[in-house]
Amino acid sequence: MSDFWILLTGSLVAACCGIVGVFLVLRKMAMIGDAISHSVMPGIVIAFLLSGSRDSMLMMSAALLFGLITTFLIGLMQRTGIQSDASIGVVFTALFAIGVILVSLFARQVHLDQDAILYGEIAFVHWNIWELGGVNMGPKAVWLLGFTLVVIIAVISLFYKQFKLASFDPALAAAVGIPVAFFHYLLMGLVSMATVSSFESVGAILVVGLLIIPPSTAYLLTDRLGVMLGLSVAVGVAGTFLGYGASVLLDASIAGCMVVAVAVLFAAAFLFSPSQGLVVTKLRQRRLAAQAAIASVQKQ
Amino acid sequence: MNNFFAMLGDPNMRWIFLGCMLLGLSSGVIGSFSYLRKQSLVGDTLAHAALPGICIAFMLTGVKSIGVFLVGAAAAGFLATFGISFITRHTKLKQDAALGIVLSSFFGLGIVLLTFIQHGDYGNQAGLDKFLFGQAAAMVGGDVITMSVISAVLVGICSLLFKQFKLISFDPGFAKGLGYRVGLLEQLLMLLVVVAVVIGIQAVGVVLIAALLITPAVSARYWTNTLGIMVTLSGMIGALSGGLGAWISSSVSNLPTGPVTVLAATLFFAASVLLGPERGLLAKWLLRQKVKRSYHAEREVRIAEAMKGESVS
Repeated sequence: MSDFWILLTGSLVAACCGIVGVFLVLRKMAMIGDAISHSVMPGIVIAFLLSGSRDSMLMMSAALLFGLITTFLIGLMQRTGIQSDASIGVVFTALFAIGVILVSLFARQVHLDQDAILYGEIAFVHWNIWELGGVNMGPKAVWLLGFTLVVIIAVISLFYKQFKLASFDPALAAAVGIPVAFFHYLLMGLVSMATVSSFESVGAILVVGLLIIPPSTAYLLTDRLGVMLGLSVAVGVAGTFLGYGASVLLDASIAGCMVVAVAVLFAAAFLFSPSQGLVVTKLRQRRLAAQAAIASVQKQ
Repeated sequence: MNNFFAMLGDPNMRWIFLGCMLLGLSSGVIGSFSYLRKQSLVGDTLAHAALPGICIAFMLTGVKSIGVFLVGAAAAGFLATFGISFITRHTKLKQDAALGIVLSSFFGLGIVLLTFIQHGDYGNQAGLDKFLFGQAAAMVGGDVITMSVISAVLVGICSLLFKQFKLISFDPGFAKGLGYRVGLLEQLLMLLVVVAVVIGIQAVGVVLIAALLITPAVSARYWTNTLGIMVTLSGMIGALSGGLGAWISSSVSNLPTGPVTVLAATLFFAASVLLGPERGLLAKWLLRQKVKRSYHAEREVRIAEAMKGESVS
């Protein structure tokens, strides 16, 4: 049974991250995803210190707040003339440092362990059960992730057209009257939500692997946004299954294995993607060169 | 302050304090060049990528020494830089996605190896996870000396090749035209970043060492437009942050050095944003007030002249 819950949790994480990650990669903001996944940490710790429990709703709102603060600070610094990559670096390291200091100062009082924040504890997911009126409803993490996934799907499908236009041509989107800034912050809010609900399972640092690698893999396989979203989720889920298998074999971190599995899938797409894979392109070039040579010989 | 002198009284702590300052100095100096070359986050990626290199070096040799780790991390760093440029050159993915992919896959591999080591029967592995956040107080004399010497060498290389690095930071095309081997110099600069990251890992940790490369450089940029002054200032800010980090984390139990150092650097950054001449918020506000006043003064003169003209006619 525990296998089932771990795989289900992993797949839900992959789905949440895979969907929002597509827009991050398309809008060239992959590293902002990295920044948010680090800087929600003080939010999580503060919520934990305030409530003394892993009360999901409070944690979610605190992390959401910190995710938006991060986005806002990065934007503010870019407007005052600092290079975007440097402003990302300054903001997330500072917030993450605050989070680590809070954990190490108060680690004794609370049950929040540094390892759990960094690598997650997906292996223990099925121990943390949600009971409703004495009835076992299944692991809490699954409910939280399921809720996040529903919110993400609802928001994205409601504003699909707007997100699509804002991703590919923000100038046109602004010109036709779409509030681009609002959708930017909405997307960042979704990224923070996906990060914080995944954090308990895969840890704050490895979330970024699932946010960026599956969408990049899908990006190499298709040119259509709808297909890319589907493929991204599929790659993430496949990585979850492969990674879990590998972690059982190796007796190593499940979250780490999941990210490595997804990275292997990316490498495969990089080499063998039918439209733009490295090997496939080389073969096609060789064939075309051979054809051209034959044609020129025939002409003579 | 009492506390501070007590710390300096302890010979071991004195060395660690000095080592952290030198580390901050060298990463501040090198970070200035990567900031100007718009490669701040490359340092972050290289730092994360160092983790699997360190783990593999430990698994192969079974010793925890900074020299062995340096080799492992440098190899991993080269692989990572190669991976980033390979992905951006051969696919339609942009640099940020390439950085994210390399960073997370290397770090994921590192975490797998780390847990593999912890669960396996490698002796003497205790404290390997300290490398994630750094614990300056856990360093022994030999490590501190290695760290200080390498930091000094890094600063030395930067000051010897200052002219070359200046050129490739601002105008690599011109540098090529003058006959400098730009590719080689860029590789060298990347190697210096890798080395700075590796020697900083024990004191600051892989997750946050990037801040020492980025934050002092950005802060220094607020104060000056001259590269020489910027590099010196950045080094000084880095050194002060490193020293503060070592001091505060040694006086409070259970506090890792890395985050404290990073927060110290962030404070310097905030001060620079507020007080920096020309670019600082305060200077900008004063300038705006001055312009507004002179505009009003001019307008009053103009109105007065117009009224005078009317009264004459």
